Amino acid sequence: MPDTLTTPKPLIDFSGIGITYPGGVTALEGIDLEVRRGEFVAVVGPSGCGKSTLLRIASGLEVPTTGAVSLTTDHIGFVFQDATLLPWRDVLGNVELLAELNQVGRTRRRETAMAAIGLVGLEGFEHQLPRALSGGMKMRASLARALTLDPELFLFDEPFGALDEITRWNLNDEVMRLFMVKRFAGLLITHSISEAVYLSTTVVVMSGRPGRVIDVIDNPLPMPRRADVRYTAEFTDLTGRVSAALEKGHH
Amino acid sequence: MSTIEAASGTGIDTTRTVIAASARTRTPFLQTPAGRYVPPVIVFVGFLALWTAVSTLLLAPSKRFLLPSPLAVAQEFVNPKTMATIGAGTVQTVVMSLTGVAIAIVLGVSWGVAMSQARWVERSLFPYAVVLQSIPILALVPLVGFWFGYEFTARVIICVLIALFPMVSNTLFGLQAVPKAQRELFQLQRASRWTMLWKLEMPTALPAIFAGMRISAGLSVVGAIVGDFYFRRGTPGLGSAIAVYQSRLQSAELFAAIIVASLVGVVIFELFGVLSRLAVGRWYESTGH
Repeated sequence: MPDTLTTPKPLIDFSGIGITYPGGVTALEGIDLEVRRGEFVAVVGPSGCGKSTLLRIASGLEVPTTGAVSLTTDHIGFVFQDATLLPWRDVLGNVELLAELNQVGRTRRRETAMAAIGLVGLEGFEHQLPRALSGGMKMRASLARALTLDPELFLFDEPFGALDEITRWNLNDEVMRLFMVKRFAGLLITHSISEAVYLSTTVVVMSGRPGRVIDVIDNPLPMPRRADVRYTAEFTDLTGRVSAALEKGHH
Repeated sequence: MSTIEAASGTGIDTTRTVIAASARTRTPFLQTPAGRYVPPVIVFVGFLALWTAVSTLLLAPSKRFLLPSPLAVAQEFVNPKTMATIGAGTVQTVVMSLTGVAIAIVLGVSWGVAMSQARWVERSLFPYAVVLQSIPILALVPLVGFWFGYEFTARVIICVLIALFPMVSNTLFGLQAVPKAQRELFQLQRASRWTMLWKLEMPTALPAIFAGMRISAGLSVVGAIVGDFYFRRGTPGLGSAIAVYQSRLQSAELFAAIIVASLVGVVIFELFGVLSRLAVGRWYESTGH
């Protein structure tokens, strides 16, 4: 694994992506975007601008009507809006699921799952059912499940939107830590400007429907970041710029 | 506000607050174990009293067969002759209904699974499930007798006919209740349709399938008794006993048989409730009991 910040070739490359639904609604238009290893791109935009669709296209769940996506990895982790845990499986069973679906042997998948559970700090909860977990812990289990794929490209679809602010900050730190350890390519869809700036190396601002990229803002804040970076002038300046770009996209 | 007063006020105020708090934490009577059983028992005793009153005070002895007193009915439960007939009938009815519901479960789940696998199968087959549900079952009983005779097979067929629909519909709706994101989670790993069915759809549908089983089991008992009642041939079940007692105006025996038939229904219904709790109760938060 290269330890340099970025690799030359992007892991995912959207070029001229657009999607128009049979009803005639255009959700995305002319999206050019690439993410390299070691980059964390956060996409913000008004609701309904198609930013989640972008992730669905990246993962192959939806097919664009124009443009092309090129992927140079098949190690893709997808974190959904909800934890999407299977209620009849305990934490370990849920974390093992993806390896199981990929026909990984029992011993191997147990090892991978236990390592992932350790990484997200859920040791001791392996045999709890989802109904016994808090929202934040469910999300951790969901992160652990995605980690078992050892993703080079990590897609996050507004994963912490339903959580309270404190839990959300904790999980932001968790993702930050995982990013520092694994150096994946991250693509995060979020409503929260502060979350976008906190986690990203680049913030992409999208306009309302049809969604277009209206601004790309580099985030030079050094990584890893700590919670109190949110109170620095640089952070405030960046959130101000993202916010202004969003305003502009509305009019 | 009262807390602040109590804290800053006199000792008397504080004492009063403590008493109020402890009174509030006492469990209300209706939530205690006794509270759960005492009210229905009172209703039951009242009902028996009313029944006795109507039977002994209102009805002339010559008309008492219309409503034998609870005591007369209770005596039938220790009458060896009656109990031999009802006991044998109960065994027959239980065997028939359980056979019927077992077949209905297998057919209904397969039917539901088949429909869940393709839209066109659902389109083609669901209307017939509805038709099956809408036909008055009594209208079919003579026909079943024509075709399959009047013995065990024919009666089981009636049980199946009456018990099938809840299995079909609950299986189908259960399988279709899988959340979209969970489906996509599997699709992202390119899970086969078979894997989706076994590892995602079936487990999701299990609570609904078990709920269907409880309904079907209850209906199957009804089917067994209806079939019996109509055919009156072959090994007699509870329905035959009811028919015979009715024709002979043996009303105390008739009441005893009706009570046993109701109990069989309740017990079989509860049996499937227990099975359901054993199978999915660990993870599924049921709204029922």
